[in-house]
Amino acid sequence: MPARTTEDAWAVIATVLDPELPALTIVDLGIVRSVAVADGGVRVAITPTFTACPAMRVIERDVAAKLRAAGFSPVTVETVLAPAWTSDWMSDAARAKLKAYGIAPPGRLSALTASRSGSPWLERDRAVPCPRCDSADTESISDFGSTPCKSLHRCRACAETFEHFKCH
Amino acid sequence: MPDGASQLTTPADFAFAGYLARLADSHLVLGHRLSEWCGHGPVLEEDLALTNLALDCLGHATVLLRLLGQADGTGRDEDQLAYFREAVEFRNVLLVEQPNGDFARTIARVFLFAAYALPLYEQLQRSTDAALAAAATKFHPELRYHLRHAARWMLILGDGTDESHRRLQEAIDAWWPYTGELFALWPDDPALIERGLIPHPDRVRAAWEATITEVLGQARLARPVAGMHMLLGGPIGRHTETLGYLLAEMQIVARSFPGASW
Ligand SMILES: [Zn+2]
Repeated sequence: MPARTTEDAWAVIATVLDPELPALTIVDLGIVRSVAVADGGVRVAITPTFTACPAMRVIERDVAAKLRAAGFSPVTVETVLAPAWTSDWMSDAARAKLKAYGIAPPGRLSALTASRSGSPWLERDRAVPCPRCDSADTESISDFGSTPCKSLHRCRACAETFEHFKCH
Repeated sequence: MPDGASQLTTPADFAFAGYLARLADSHLVLGHRLSEWCGHGPVLEEDLALTNLALDCLGHATVLLRLLGQADGTGRDEDQLAYFREAVEFRNVLLVEQPNGDFARTIARVFLFAAYALPLYEQLQRSTDAALAAAATKFHPELRYHLRHAARWMLILGDGTDESHRRLQEAIDAWWPYTGELFALWPDDPALIERGLIPHPDRVRAAWEATITEVLGQARLARPVAGMHMLLGGPIGRHTETLGYLLAEMQIVARSFPGASW
């Protein structure tokens, strides 16, 4: 008997990995906005981390394929922009997985915005703790990295360069 | 009434579509110019930064082009709009279509545009069009990185060596006649403002002026003289010759292999 409930659909979706960050599922990432099951079919809404996230089409395809394989029909996956994703949508478990994967997880957005004052270009970058050695003695290299959601940093303690999932 | 007609949920709104085209095409064309830096950045980190900025621009253009295809009633998707319109149908501001020039010019243009885009999308978050408001809410924090990045370079180059200062001043002077178009009020705009769809350009200009004044001052750069003649034409499809060459390169693959996927 194929899966048919909303819970079943969520369980299927929770197996879809972020193709650019395979340590995380898309549920960990917090980008699944709604799952509606009716008459054997399912309608899923996902939202991008960053507008230009190149992984969105792959994720849409993966979600649809897995739901169809689980017996849902018809399957609709759409991308929505509201409510907008921020890194606060990422679960604590997801942050721990990211760190274990070698990527410094985002802090809380409220703490970041509270620390901001004045012009963006004069801001002093907050030191991101090193995911390898936990040292706070790190420096920012660039706001931009290998994907839109990551920035580049260097640890002065262990001398490693590391990526940080932007607090955004 | 034909059957299909009853399925149209919203009638075409050409004035609003025209405004969306101005935004969408400006991001698209600026993104294309920035992508030309891919593999040519002065250092690896900057190459990554410029291509990330380009990618953001394409992302913003994609969202806005989809809204445009709905607003103009044609149902065209972002690919049809990006690849199968002619230069005269593009509505981008003239600033973004000009060739990149050197790194100083490239950075100065990102700075001038981001200093406009950030307050624009801040205000568009309150648009009475829910889809545009949602897009603006999404874009705003992303554009903050653009302004931050470009303004930091403005300080480094402007307050750097004699040569970097000279080049950046030259860049600001060269772009200045294109900045008036960012805040031009076109004939359809008052009605859009009245409907709460878009902010009055003067409100965006006030924020832009504050940013420009602050950064030029910190970078020891001179503000170009007031009253300079401003170039207008992009938003009514009167472009400079260079856009045709840019589009030829951007559109050639899609036009040579229509509907191709890979
Ligand atoms: Zn370390």
